[in-house]
Amino acid sequence: MRRPPAGLLRLLPALPALAAVAVALLAGALAALALGVAPAAIAERVVQGIVLSPYGWGQVLYKATFLAFTGLSVAIAFSAGLFNIGAEGQAVIGSLVCALVGIAGAGLSGALLLPLALAAAFAGGALWGWIPGWLKARWGTHEVIQTIMLNFIALALANLLIARRFGMPETVRTAEVGAGAWLPRLEGLWPALRGSAVNASLLLAVAAALLAHLFLFHTPAGLALRAVGRGRRQAELLGLRPGRRIVLAFVLAGGAAGLVGANFVLGYKHYYEDGFSGGIGFLGIAVALLARNAPLAVLPAALFFGFLSQAGFVVNTLVPRELVDILTGLILLAFIVAEQARRRASRSWAAPAGAAAEEGAA
Amino acid sequence: MSGILSLLAQTLRISVPYGLAATGGVCSERGGVVNIALEGILLHGAFFAVVGTHYSGSPCVGILAAAAGGVATASVHAFVTVTCKADQIVSGLAINIAAFGLTRGGLRLLFASASNSPRIPSPDAGLAARLPGGESALGAVLYDPLFLLAVALVAAASWLLFRTGLGLALRAAGEHPEAAHSAGFSVARLRWLGVLASGLLGGLGGAWLAFEQHSFTDQMSGGRGYIALAAMIVGKWHPLGAAAACLLFGAAETVQMRLQGSGAPTQLMQMIPFLLTILVLVLWVGRAVAPAASGRPYDPEGES
Repeated sequence: MRRPPAGLLRLLPALPALAAVAVALLAGALAALALGVAPAAIAERVVQGIVLSPYGWGQVLYKATFLAFTGLSVAIAFSAGLFNIGAEGQAVIGSLVCALVGIAGAGLSGALLLPLALAAAFAGGALWGWIPGWLKARWGTHEVIQTIMLNFIALALANLLIARRFGMPETVRTAEVGAGAWLPRLEGLWPALRGSAVNASLLLAVAAALLAHLFLFHTPAGLALRAVGRGRRQAELLGLRPGRRIVLAFVLAGGAAGLVGANFVLGYKHYYEDGFSGGIGFLGIAVALLARNAPLAVLPAALFFGFLSQAGFVVNTLVPRELVDILTGLILLAFIVAEQARRRASRSWAAPAGAAAEEGAA
Repeated sequence: MSGILSLLAQTLRISVPYGLAATGGVCSERGGVVNIALEGILLHGAFFAVVGTHYSGSPCVGILAAAAGGVATASVHAFVTVTCKADQIVSGLAINIAAFGLTRGGLRLLFASASNSPRIPSPDAGLAARLPGGESALGAVLYDPLFLLAVALVAAASWLLFRTGLGLALRAAGEHPEAAHSAGFSVARLRWLGVLASGLLGGLGGAWLAFEQHSFTDQMSGGRGYIALAAMIVGKWHPLGAAAACLLFGAAETVQMRLQGSGAPTQLMQMIPFLLTILVLVLWVGRAVAPAASGRPYDPEGES
């Protein structure tokens, strides 16, 4: 086959994401027409409610913060070749532990309590992530069904602990964490964001993405982790002990998901509330996928899905907001189909050396 | 005695959707396609069973609608994974996310409720009234037309997969697609067939859930599609083995429901099927081996 110009080839990796977004816009417009709503009316709502509204952007960033953490979680696990469908459960356990530590240490000064609560969020998620990692490394069970099961168990466990032990009377939430552990809202920095829940954990998410990038691509341990992802058998022959890397990958992935607690508990509500997670783990898979598991690309992907989720919210009076879930599914399907087409194209177009480099970057 | 029989009846009732979905999983994976989308297929089956029954007044139409909904959902999975050769697990998850949105959005649009549909009647062929023992709890299950259909379908799947040339070809597509291709079969067509069969079975499983509850409730599949995949593994990718494993899961859930009045926290009880799944999968490692090419797209021009 004839090789297209180099400029076009360089654009190729970005095409699947663009194709997926285009498909979603088209499908969204068609669905709106089918429901008897003019797509222009929906677009106007989105522009008025988000694009031109600092509050709207604040909410987008708040939602994107969740997705950055769960997206990083999925991306880190996938670097080691592991499918972490358990970010939801890890986020729930991390957030609950975060709240409990924040409540128990309410008397401590902020300089002590805040790091403690953050560490608790990470540790809670890491513990829940350790389980499927250990099950896989020690017993060889496949992580997909196990992490799904652990999501259900985490939700039931958190529900049980709130109902029986830590809940305030007549509510499904805990007491408030000590004020020392509160993360400031960004409206203090930029008053136009007033009322929106975006808070300092956005910066934590950016830092986490940077750390994950540095770890995976600039440390020997990260290299070993990715080597296991490339091929378990070869990694074993290199003496890398894949079992340990698998556990490490799942612990880090769980910890990243657990940091969701910083956003919800420390930054927004100041308590844990049952049922807050609502699918952020599954959306994290979408985020990691669009980011091709590159930690730094997780940030814009999280922003995109945060925008989509807030868009569902502002158009809810025109069309059911569940349309966003359908569009998310469509985006994923379109993305993997386009990605497959891209792989074939780059295989048949690129010269052998170029092909190796191309696949290496993916 | 009647206590044991009513336990057995309840076990059978709970096992039906698992058994149908797990057999669907067997059909799909034996052909080489991992089908996580079974959760969404169950959800769509339940939803369309309710929609079909509600608007026609006839549970028969509901059953057909559930089957059609399941097959339509499965055809999306087949198109993405077989025709386009894209990632099977992501495709399944994406379908489940969309199914969740479609059914909840549909619930709000059609029935103006975020949680549940109006009540619907269940299928009744009049067998229970005419045959001996029909008035007992066990008779009510055994003479249920959808139950009989489910048993027939599991038996038929078992026969088709392991006693016919078509079944052999399908299994070859999942075990060694290159061999199936050399023998003159279209791997893509065989895999489509396996996935569509899983849609039919899963859709009917969803219909059973809806008729058991006489309505559709948001997220009513409740992880059963995923648990069915575990039952499929325990049943060594054989419909009869999977059905036996589903009876085991059904029995455990029955015991759990009976214990619920005993004062143990309900949330602890709710965890049991999920904990059991994890445990059983650990115990079964090495005893059950997946079809060699399941999860791997068949791409003759591809790298491998």
